[in-house]
Amino acid sequence: MENRSWKGWLYLLPAFLFLGVFMVYPLIDVFIYSFEEGYNSASQTAYGVGLYNYEYVLRDPYFLQAVKNTFILVAITVPLSTLLALGISLGISSIPKLKELFQTIFFLPYVTNTLAVGLVFMYLFDLTDVTPGLINVILGLFGMTPIDFIDGPYWARMLVLCLYTVWIVLPFKILVFTSALASVDETYYKAARVDGTTPGRIFRKVTLPMISPTMFYLVITGFIGAFKAYSDAVALFGENLNVAEMNTIVGYVYDMLYGEGGGYPSFASAAAIILFVIVLTITCINLLVSKKHVHY
Amino acid sequence: MKITLDHLTKRFPNRAKNKPDVIAVNDFVVEIPDGKLVGLLGPSGCGKSTVLNLICGLLKASDGRIFFDEDDVTNIPAEYRGVGIVFQNYALYPHLTVEKNIMFPLENFKGKDKLTREEMKKRALEAAKLVQIDQLMDRKPAELSGGQQQRVAIARALVKQPRVLLMDEPLSNLDARLRLQTREEIRRIQRETRITTIFVTHDQEEAMSISDLIVVMKDGVLQQIGKPQQVYDDPVNLFVAKFLGTPPVNVFHGCIRAGKLYVGEDAILLAPGMADQEVWCAIRPEGFTVDAAGPLRCGLSAVEIMGRDVSVVATHPALDSVQLRAIDPDARRMDDEADAVRFAIDPEKVLLFSKADETRIRCELK
Repeated sequence: MENRSWKGWLYLLPAFLFLGVFMVYPLIDVFIYSFEEGYNSASQTAYGVGLYNYEYVLRDPYFLQAVKNTFILVAITVPLSTLLALGISLGISSIPKLKELFQTIFFLPYVTNTLAVGLVFMYLFDLTDVTPGLINVILGLFGMTPIDFIDGPYWARMLVLCLYTVWIVLPFKILVFTSALASVDETYYKAARVDGTTPGRIFRKVTLPMISPTMFYLVITGFIGAFKAYSDAVALFGENLNVAEMNTIVGYVYDMLYGEGGGYPSFASAAAIILFVIVLTITCINLLVSKKHVHY
Repeated sequence: MKITLDHLTKRFPNRAKNKPDVIAVNDFVVEIPDGKLVGLLGPSGCGKSTVLNLICGLLKASDGRIFFDEDDVTNIPAEYRGVGIVFQNYALYPHLTVEKNIMFPLENFKGKDKLTREEMKKRALEAAKLVQIDQLMDRKPAELSGGQQQRVAIARALVKQPRVLLMDEPLSNLDARLRLQTREEIRRIQRETRITTIFVTHDQEEAMSISDLIVVMKDGVLQQIGKPQQVYDDPVNLFVAKFLGTPPVNVFHGCIRAGKLYVGEDAILLAPGMADQEVWCAIRPEGFTVDAAGPLRCGLSAVEIMGRDVSVVATHPALDSVQLRAIDPDARRMDDEADAVRFAIDPEKVLLFSKADETRIRCELK
C-alpha cells in the first residue's frame, strides 16, 4: 500500500500545480506587497517594509466609503435574498402544476449577462430629460415626486444597488433551495400530518431543520459573494465609482491597480488583505453559529 | 376499536393518457375487530399500503366508506382521525432527540387537550418504557440501531394514545435476527396496550407468526380473511395456498378419474364420489412421507439437512414448478445417492383447486 502512495500524489499534482501557481503564490505575493512601501511593479523595487500601506488605506476616505458601502450591501442583500429565495422556493415546491415553468422563469436572471441587466435597471430607474424612468412613473401614480435613483441621493442609489444585487443572486439560491426542499423525504410530512401538526409548525420544526445545511451554505457563500461585489456597481454607475460614492472594496482594489490615478499595487494589496481578513472573520463566525443550528 | 371498510375503492388516474384508471383497492369489504393484531398480507404492489393510507387518511377514498366503531371517518382528514402510524423507514426527525421525537405529537395538542411540559415528558417516558428505550432518551436517531429506531417510531405513534395503530412494513428494514425479536416485541406491545393494530407486510411468515387475523389481498382485491392457521389449512383459492407457507406448497397438474386422484400417471389418493375432471393438486411440504411403497414416484434431486429440518428435493413430470420440496424428518436416514424416491401422501395436506378459476374444490380424500 505505502509503495503506491506516490501514485496518489502524482494524481494530485496537476491540481496542486495549478492551485500553487495561480492561488497560493499570488496570495503570498499579495501579502508581501502589502507590507512593501512604494512597491513599483515595473522596476520590482520598494523603499522599505512596514505598515504604511495599511495606514494609508485605512485613512483613505474612498476606502472607508467603499467599506461602508460593502457592509451595507452585505447586511441588506444577504438576508433579504436568502429569505426571498426561500419564500419563492416554498411557493414553487407547493404547486404541482407549472412548477418547471416557474423554475425556468426564476432561473433566467442567472444566465443573463450582468451588464445587460445593469442596463435594464438603468432604464427602469434612471431619471433623464426624456423620461423619468418606469419606476418613477409608477411612483408617480401614487403621487410621489420623481427620485433620481442613479445620480440622486445616496440612499436612492444604494437602494438600486441592493435591489439589483438581490435580483442577480436570487436565481442560484432559488435553484439550491428548491432542490433541497425536494430532497426532504415525503414521509416526514406524512408523519407530521398524521400527528396533527399545523403547516406553520411543520415548516418550523421539520422543513427548516431539514434544509438548514443548505441554508447555511447559501448564507456563507452569500456573504462571501456580497463582500466581493464589484461588477454590479459598475453595471449601474459606470467605472468611476468613487465619484458616485458607490465603490466597493473590490472596486477600490481595482481602482488602485488600474483605475484613473491607479498604479499602486502596494495599496491595492493592503486593501485586498483587509478584505480577506474581514471575509475570513465573518465566515468563521458563520461556521461557529452554524455548528449550533445545523443538525447534520 | 372496530374498523369497518365498506366497499372501499381507490382509483388512481393512469399516468398514460386515455388509459383506464389504476384500481389499487377494489371494493374492499373487511371488518377488523377491536383490540386485534391484524396482518395485511399480499405480494408487492397489491394495494396493501394503499389500504393503510386510506385508513389513516393520507389518501382519500374514491368510493366506499371507512368506519371507526360507528363513526364514519371517510371524509375526516388524517390529523383528526386519531391514528398512530409507523412508517417503513420510521421517519424519525433526525435533528430531534428520542425524547423530542416522542413528544412531537403531544406538542400538537390544542385547546383543552394541551399538556404542560411535565405531562408531556411523563407521557413520553411512559411510551418509551413500554418499548424499552427509556435509557436512550437523549440520543439522536442516527445514534441508534435499526431496531431501536423502530421502537422510537412505535413509541411516537403510541404516545398520543391513538385509537388505531398502523404499521407499514414495520420489519422489512431490519436484519433477519432482529426481525424475529422485533415481531415478538410488536406482539407484546399490542397485547399490553390492547390497541387495534394493522400492519402491512409482504412476508407471510411474519404475518402468520404474530397476527390474530390475517387479511390476504391480491391486485387490490380481498382474497381471504381469517386466523393464520385457518387460512393456511383452508385457503379459498390457489393464490392464497401458494402465498402462505414456507417452503411453499407444491402444485401438480392433477386429474380425477374414476374416483381416484391422479398426479401424472400416479394415482395418489382416493377421491370417492367426485366427477372426472382436471384439477390443480397442491400438496403442502409436510404432507409427504418417504415410503418405498408410496404411490407418488419422483426423481430425487437432493436431500437437504439444515439443523432439525430435512427437506427432500425431487422432480415429477406433472409438477407445475421445476422441483418439489418435501419436509420429512425421517428422510434423514434415506439414501441420498438414489435416483428415485417414492412418497406416501397425507390426504389432510392435499388441496384441490379448479383448473378453470383456481377456486378451491372441497372434497374428501382418502
